[in-house]
Amino acid sequence: MAEFFAMGGYGFFIWMSYSVTALFMVTEVLLLMRRRRTILQRLSRIRKAKIGVGHEAQT
Amino acid sequence: MAINWFKYSSPASFYPLAGRMIPWAMAVGVLTGVAGLYVGFFVAPTDYQQGESYRIMFIHVPAAWMSMFTYIVMAVWAVAGLIWNTRLSSMMATALAPTGAMFTFIALWTGALWGKPTWGTYWVWDARLTSELILLFLYIGFIALQASIDDPRRAARAGGLLALVGLVNVPIIYWSVKWWNTLHQGASISFAKAPTMAAEMLLALLLVTLAFWAYTIAVALMRVRCEILESERQSSWIYETVEGLR
Repeated sequence: MAEFFAMGGYGFFIWMSYSVTALFMVTEVLLLMRRRRTILQRLSRIRKAKIGVGHEAQT
Repeated sequence: MAINWFKYSSPASFYPLAGRMIPWAMAVGVLTGVAGLYVGFFVAPTDYQQGESYRIMFIHVPAAWMSMFTYIVMAVWAVAGLIWNTRLSSMMATALAPTGAMFTFIALWTGALWGKPTWGTYWVWDARLTSELILLFLYIGFIALQASIDDPRRAARAGGLLALVGLVNVPIIYWSVKWWNTLHQGASISFAKAPTMAAEMLLALLLVTLAFWAYTIAVALMRVRCEILESERQSSWIYETVEGLR
């Protein structure tokens, strides 16, 4: 196991390559999921505000 | 089979289609990625010259391919947006840029980490490395230019022009190792001749390429859906059809 992670002495270079790549790819997906949630929340707030204004106008 | 492709050039019909494609693209990406890592680390033999360090190539080469390929696709969408003035084309270009920039950075990063033990240096100003760095600046310039212009149509036009002009850099990157005497080696895989590497190495390389490809499709579609929601916030269809808003 330790031998596998040592990668014949190249462990640092290999794991820095793979970990940064994985970090970037996972982060990008998480950021996009958060962006989508934020947009949907904002849009539903706008929609509720509009409906609210409409009701006030009727009464 | 008669499919009306123009139907999907409208954001309202492309939005749900993209939503259906994302899980499939992500699944293909994860499966081929795991398979590629397995073949790359447990099946492919140790390189007789480079030892284990060559295993960095399993992300370096696919990332470098993706950085160029994504730029071409991005430029094609941007130019289509310029010619036909279609909003969705320009949005696809916008959606691809950050992922292309990310793979360009990964290509440079992993290249540096491979170069240190192999060449003895993280960086040299040779034609291949420099032109790839320029590609990163082109992506960042494209993103920054679009972000700096408020009017979406003008932002799309300016970005489209930049993407088109920057396209000249892609063949320069690709053939730089032939045109100039670079420290970076020539291509190990080309359409002209058989690959000069073990079959297991090639398999790992192709699996990871497929994984990056599927990943790029998935995240670009996720991002274009965000772009659609933001630009269509005045349209009634999103309040009628988008789950979570109805």
